[in-house]
This record gives sequence, C-alpha cells and structure tokens, in this order.
Amino acid sequence: MVSMTVDLAGARLPNPLMTASGCAANGRELHRFFDVADLGAFVTKSVMLGARSGRGTPRMAETPSGMLNSIGLQGPGIDAFVDDDLAWLASVGARSLVSIAGSDSEEFAEVARRLRDSSSFGSVAGVEVNISCPNVANRGLVFACDPGSSSAVVSLVRSQLPAEVPIFAKLSPDVTDLVTIASACLEAGADGLTMVNTLLGMSIDIDTMRPHLGGVTGGLSGPAIRPVAVRAIWQVRSAMLTGRLPVAPIIGVGGVRTGHDALELVAAGASAVQVGTSTFNDPTAPVRVLRELEQLLEDKGIVAFTDVVGAAHPS
Amino acid sequence: MTSRPGSGVATVRAELVASRVVGAYQHLTLLAPEVADLARPGQFVALAVGGPTSATLLRRCFSIHRVTPDAREGGSGSGTVELVVADAGPGSRWLTQVPVQGEVDLIGPLGKPFPLPTEAVGCVLVGGGYGSAPLFWLAELLRERGCGVEIVLGAASRDRLFGAPQTSDDERASHGVTVTTDDGSQGVKGWVSDVLPEVMARADAQVVYACGPMAMLRSVSELAAAHGAVAQVAVEEAMACGVGVCMTCVMPVRSSDGTTKMVRSCVEGPTFRGDRVRWDAFVDGHAVVPADAVGAPVAAGGGGH
Repeated sequence: MVSMTVDLAGARLPNPLMTASGCAANGRELHRFFDVADLGAFVTKSVMLGARSGRGTPRMAETPSGMLNSIGLQGPGIDAFVDDDLAWLASVGARSLVSIAGSDSEEFAEVARRLRDSSSFGSVAGVEVNISCPNVANRGLVFACDPGSSSAVVSLVRSQLPAEVPIFAKLSPDVTDLVTIASACLEAGADGLTMVNTLLGMSIDIDTMRPHLGGVTGGLSGPAIRPVAVRAIWQVRSAMLTGRLPVAPIIGVGGVRTGHDALELVAAGASAVQVGTSTFNDPTAPVRVLRELEQLLEDKGIVAFTDVVGAAHPS
Repeated sequence: MTSRPGSGVATVRAELVASRVVGAYQHLTLLAPEVADLARPGQFVALAVGGPTSATLLRRCFSIHRVTPDAREGGSGSGTVELVVADAGPGSRWLTQVPVQGEVDLIGPLGKPFPLPTEAVGCVLVGGGYGSAPLFWLAELLRERGCGVEIVLGAASRDRLFGAPQTSDDERASHGVTVTTDDGSQGVKGWVSDVLPEVMARADAQVVYACGPMAMLRSVSELAAAHGAVAQVAVEEAMACGVGVCMTCVMPVRSSDGTTKMVRSCVEGPTFRGDRVRWDAFVDGHAVVPADAVGAPVAAGGGGH
C-alpha cells in the first residue's frame, strides 16, 4: 500500500487528487458518479461577491486535445454559495478548496471575509485565489500578470483568513516571468501556488468569418496544455530548490487525463494534482486518476506519494 | 466508469447492435439496459467519441429516439437505446462509422423529460430535422394516456426529414402526420409554422411539444401561445459535458418568480416551457445575456464581465 497522504501548508489531505476549479461545478453533479469526499479536496468554481450571469453563447470551442471556454465566472455569489453549495459539500464530508475571485482586491477580501464568517467554514481545507481567470473584463490586466496586483490581492485575502487555513494563488502561464509573479504571491502571504490556469486563446468560425466564441477570446485547457503546466511547475520548483523562492507547496493543474499525466506534474514538483477538462470526457476522471496514480507508484515500488514530489529535479 | 446507486444515471460501455442509414442520418441501436430502464422521452445521452486516447475530448449529446426497456424482455439484459445521429463534424462522423458489435462509452439518461399531461388532452408534436427523433416514443406514451396526437415534421428537404412516411403505403398508414419541406420535395412546401395553426385547431391542442432548431422552437412557442396551448420545447444546445459541470450550454430562461437566469440546458433542460425561454435574447441561434438577467454584466466601472 502506497501512502497517499499529503500536507499542503498545514492542510492534511488523505490523497493529492482534486477537481479543478470551473470543471466540477460545486459538487452535486459529480456526486452522482463518485463520492466527492473520496477526493483529497473538492475545488469549487470561483465565487465572486455577487451573482454573475457569465457571458453569452457560444461559450465553448473544441480544439485538438482541448477546448476553449469563455464562461465568464458565472456563479451565485458568495452568500448563496456558502449557504447552499459549501453547506452541502460539508454535509457529505468533502474537504473544500474554495476558489475565490474579484474584480478588484477589495472584492477578493470581502469574499474571503464572508467565507470565513460562514457556518460551514470548518470544512474548508484551503482557499484558492483565482487571480488568473482570462474571462473577465479587464483581461488585459489579469492580476496574475502583474506582481504588484498579485501581491495586493494575496495580502488582503491573507489578512481575512485564520493563519491555519492555507491560501493558494492560482497563476497564469501567460506571463513573461512566472518566478517573479510566484515570488510576489509568496512574499505577500500565499502559502502555496496552483499552476496553471488556462492560456488565452481564440478560434474563428470560417463559415461566418467571425470569432467563434461569444466572448471572442477564451481560456485554452485540456491535455493540449499539459507540457505548459509541466514547464511552469518545473520552473517554479527549480527556483525554490535553488533558493530564489521560499519553498512552498505547488498544486499542479493542466491537461491531466491519466495517472501517468499526474505523475509527470508531480515529478516536476507538484504536491497535489487537479483534474479539470478531462472530467468533461469522463465524470469519474478525478478518482480514476487517483487510482491510476496509486497503482503506478506501487508498480514502481514507491512507498509514499511525497517521495516522488519534484523527483525529476537533479538532487 | 461507474455511477452511484440511486443517482438516476448510468455510465456504460454500450455495444452497438445495429447501425443503419435513414435519409441523411444514421440510426444507432445500443445495448444499454441500465439506461433503457431509466429513460423517458425528452431525455438525452452523452457519448464519448474517438476512443479512449482520442484528441476529441468533449462528449456528443443526442436525444433518445426510443428505448426498449429490459423489463419487457424479462430482465434478460437486452434493453436498448436508439439514437439518430447527423454527421455534423468529426465527433458525430466517428459515431456514424462505429461498426456493429463495436462499443461506445455512454452516459444517460440525462436532463429532464417532457412533462406529460395528467388528463387526456389534444397534443401536437413538432419536429425539425432529426429533432423529431424523440417524438414518436412520446406519441406512444401520450396515446396510452388517451391523448389525441397529431405530428408535424419539417426539414429543409426530403432527405433531412426523420420519421416521415417514405412510400404511398406509409402515407395511408400515417394518419395524423403532416410534413413540410422548405424546397417542397415532400409534403407542404414551407415551414412547420405555416401548417401549425390549422393542425392545432384540428387537434384541439392543449399542449404542443417541439424539438428542433431554436428559430423553429421560438415560432412554435409563439403560435402555441396564440392558440392558448402550452408549448414544451426540447432545445439542441451545444454541450461539452452533458452532466452539468462545464457551464457551456446555458440559455436565458424566466423562472416562476419572473427573474431571468442563465440556466444549463443539460440539467435544467433540455425541455423547457416555451413561454419561459427568453427568445428575444437569441441572435442566429446564440444567446446574449439579457440586461435584466440575474448577475448580468453592467457598464464599465461596475465590476462587469
């Protein structure tokens, strides 16, 4: 038996597999296919302060081994989320990694405050700070593209939450220097990093000769972006190993479809793995990947999952 | 793949037991007793395409044409699910080319079925193209309840009709079916909306069921309202997952409290009451977010999208 338990900056989880934000709704839908409490953590769809309708349609374009989406952070708002979705996740015993978003740093902080004050906060294993969603109005000014903006959001969120609840900054790979952004987030109080969010992409309908998506551009996800995620995790983990960054856990996400894919991210330096777009193909993918990863480690004679985190780096 | 007991949905590797060309479409019969036992008209299934390592990740969703429940065969595991597939792109083309005895990964039944009237009332069923697929099964259930049923089938041309009489013998046997084609290659030349008022009057319709393109569903909903009938429409929205997690298949629908929300057609539909759908928000078959929708974008500076 391989020990699959992990400690993510104080969040102790029975295993490292998670859903990815925006790819699993808020739990009930996937609970028809597997017990969401079997995951290390359930990552919720990013929640903002008020209700949001999201964008018009089409919101999706299939691409080779992936898809583009322009959902636009549709959601019920934090108050309805904590009363309904978070309470339900707690009721079935799931550990939640709650993804939060905001149009400015004050909105992020207010969402974090209302989450903290909610009656189901005890089920929250951590908070993921989505500073990298490409489907927002100020997409040219995504927080995670600027160290100053990233730092401002992270420090305000950190100030609203108890120290024992870790926060993870979710980063975009669409930046010139990922290590600089990671550094700004960790110095501002992030306990860990989630890498990577979708890449900004676009598709054109050649029948109409117009952009295919209602939102014109969208986020590219799926196995097509896995090499980007592996690279990003590798770069940031390398910076930690060489002392350029404080050592902090990385949650890997991007194109994981199998246990093999998950192990690639882990070997690059991820201490946990999220399964996103592959869930659209196979609703059981997060727990299937967990089983496959466990088997793969057993086959390799590994006794503890944590032994392979960052294993691809020179020792 | 599995699903949890009592979840109302099954995930199966279904064997394709028959596949035949019907006009412009492929009619597939899949062995899926778990799905057949649960399904009702108006529901759909989500199929994976291209095999387990396919680069085409997103599921293809098709309404269920009919089922033969396992129970009718004494629980022998022979329940089947029938689908009508149009070759509209690489994914559906792959489905049309699966060989008999091949396997297809299938999740279903999904979505809400057509609500059935509690009393024996007149019903008109309207199908556009292969959108007519679920209507014949629905017609059987309605007739079993004592409802009068008239069917209207429309398409651009004869080959794109599904379920229409093909021979003069069929025509004589198919009392209650009215056909329209845009090019006049079969039935009345024109649209279903051209014949619907007369059919509704003849059937004394209280409920009009429809499945097909958005523009047709809008027109059916408006004509039904003018006749004083309730329209129940099944939409054909693009879905990436079919199970309610991707948020791509939304459309603006008015709730009973009067507020408009962008709701998922896969879990809150695909059947909706026609007068609840915000048809005014559709342009070329795509939905914009109505300004009065809950959480709609607001002007710059207000935290819009």
